[in-house]
Amino acid sequence: MEDNKVVLLDWWASAFAMRVKIALAEKGIKYESKEQNLFNKSQELLEANPIHKKIPVLIHDGKSICESLVILQYIDEVWHDKSPLLPSDPYRRSQARFWADYIDKKLYSTGRRVWTGKGEDQEVAKKELIELLKTMEGELGDKHFFGGDTIGFLDVTLVPFTSWFYTYETWGNFSIEAECPKLIEWAKRCLEKESVANSLPHPHKIYEYSFELKKKLGIE
Amino acid sequence: MAKEVIKLVGFWVSPFVFRVEWALKLKGVEFEYIEEDIFNKTNRLLELNPVHKKVPVFVHDQKVIAESFVILEYIDETWKQNPLLPQDPYQRAMARFWARFVEEKLMEVAWTSIWSEGEQKERAEKETLEALEKIEEQLNGKKYFGGDDKIGYLDIAIGWISYWLPIFGEVGSIEILDPKKFPGISAWKTRFLDDPVIKDSLPPRDKSLEYFHKRSQELNSRLAHRENKV
Repeated sequence: MEDNKVVLLDWWASAFAMRVKIALAEKGIKYESKEQNLFNKSQELLEANPIHKKIPVLIHDGKSICESLVILQYIDEVWHDKSPLLPSDPYRRSQARFWADYIDKKLYSTGRRVWTGKGEDQEVAKKELIELLKTMEGELGDKHFFGGDTIGFLDVTLVPFTSWFYTYETWGNFSIEAECPKLIEWAKRCLEKESVANSLPHPHKIYEYSFELKKKLGIE
Repeated sequence: MAKEVIKLVGFWVSPFVFRVEWALKLKGVEFEYIEEDIFNKTNRLLELNPVHKKVPVFVHDQKVIAESFVILEYIDETWKQNPLLPQDPYQRAMARFWARFVEEKLMEVAWTSIWSEGEQKERAEKETLEALEKIEEQLNGKKYFGGDDKIGYLDIAIGWISYWLPIFGEVGSIEILDPKKFPGISAWKTRFLDDPVIKDSLPPRDKSLEYFHKRSQELNSRLAHRENKV
């Protein structure tokens, strides 16, 4: 049982960081969270993640692990006794990894185009976002969670983005719930779990912050 | 007892497909290879991989798996002989991290640096060198990227650098992997290509060169065409 010092280089609105927080909470791992300023990166962050200079970074026993999905698997392997994130069957694991990879390839960038975009670009992005989310709905099917009866790797990978839905919807002037009601139901089920509720900020907070974020990113 | 079905759907020159082939061969797993023309995709491929419509696709009995890194981990977990990923969780995390790094930061820019022009080409060349420098640093005198004395997951993930990257370079008439700049990678490249499994599992060089020449010309001409549309 590895319970040596665990530190998370964090940023409150990052869906990727939320993934790690949920995983740590699910496994009951105590850690120190260090909120980072992404517009004025600390020496600690630059040293912990010299390659990408991004959060989240998990520092365990002085060793840095970067990239949220890599971190999730690390956490799952080190603290393997409690609340496994990945199933034990290799095929089911491959499916969870496949869909997590799909989300990573598509969701963040598409969502970004929705809330920062304009006109035709934004319309195209909205359409793509809905398609993507409907695909995930299809994958969920009748299950309670992607992981089955309890939340798993894929739930942890996807649910943080739901805190950004209100931001996408408001800037994009559309309703995700109208198009993907089952996914919204799933998100609500996830939020009933303490690990998720404590790791996701209120969607309105993210929306409020998005104005400032646009300014910082130099977007009109 | 029904015979175990093990199939790899691929395209003859795809580095992503070869990753899977190398993994299977290193583990001594026999499989059936099915060629797919990616410029003329069959319904079979579209049914097997409706999400991305790409190769490789791996079929094991009733199970269908897409995405080369996902397939590699499935293979490693299913056929336990000659493990590809290290045992230690931190080493595993490093292998996964670097595999993603090379995928995201090298492959596309290296290819772009060949067929593009002007500012785009310059930027791609710069990013290619930067990525290679980081990889050289990461190798840090090791014989293999995995650290063990044999080919592992990360060597397989990065393996395309040994063969496809020089081919890209030849298409673009530049030496991307300068042995003076990248002595570690160059030594690893020789070692990797010398491996009995790898050396027998590479696409034919002449055909590959021809293929990438053609692709480069096509992409470049599209560029010129776009630029002419004022």
